[in-house]
Amino acid sequence: MSSPYLTEHPLDLASLLARVGASDRGGIASFVGLVRDHHAGREVKRLEYSAYAPMAEAECAVIVAEAETKWPVRVAISHRIGTLEVGEAAVAIAVAAPHRGEAFEACRYVIEELKRRVPIWKREWYADGSSDWVNPAGANAANAPEEVAIGAAGGRHG
Amino acid sequence: MTASVETVTVKVLLFASYADWIGRDTVEVSLPAPATVSDLVRQLREEFPQADRLPTRPLSAINAVHATVDSPLREGDEVALLPPLAGG
Repeated sequence: MSSPYLTEHPLDLASLLARVGASDRGGIASFVGLVRDHHAGREVKRLEYSAYAPMAEAECAVIVAEAETKWPVRVAISHRIGTLEVGEAAVAIAVAAPHRGEAFEACRYVIEELKRRVPIWKREWYADGSSDWVNPAGANAANAPEEVAIGAAGGRHG
Repeated sequence: MTASVETVTVKVLLFASYADWIGRDTVEVSLPAPATVSDLVRQLREEFPQADRLPTRPLSAINAVHATVDSPLREGDEVALLPPLAGG
């Protein structure tokens, strides 16, 4: 795949760091999300990520643009799609800024917005061979309204 | 020619758990106009017995942009029903 944000290949943090670094940027903050070996008390063997690719790409581009408008930063995001084993990186974010405060703030913003807005799903495969789709809101939310205040233009209420 | 009720036809994209439940990942749906995402969900529940597991107010997108259940549908729209997002 040649898409800028989604990839079926193992993530390469070094290449993200290289993409955002520049001589006038004094620091790079990064976040790497890994496949955990347990969830809700069950042993997880692997995860299968899927996406609504055109929208996921577009939403990532919007989040990058937002971060680069709010802070004097350069942002790179890479999210893996497909089957991942425990310990593998599912998402990597690198944010370069003149100073560390902006880099950390923007990096936090990017991962939180990615989780909230980018249409990606994961199916967990358990040690006993069964599987289930992950709902970060938890099982109790199964019957709750799932619409959140994302809004048609990414705007927020209030 | 007889006058017919005006309809709006959209392509529905289903993902992850929703695609599993309904057993397919795309469905074409025609609705009486005007229609919203909410009307579409109601119609899907009528057409597909398995769709009763869909929330009445799911996350949605129209033409790859986040929408709400009150967003209006236009002829030819691509409407995605999005299960709880789980990226990262």
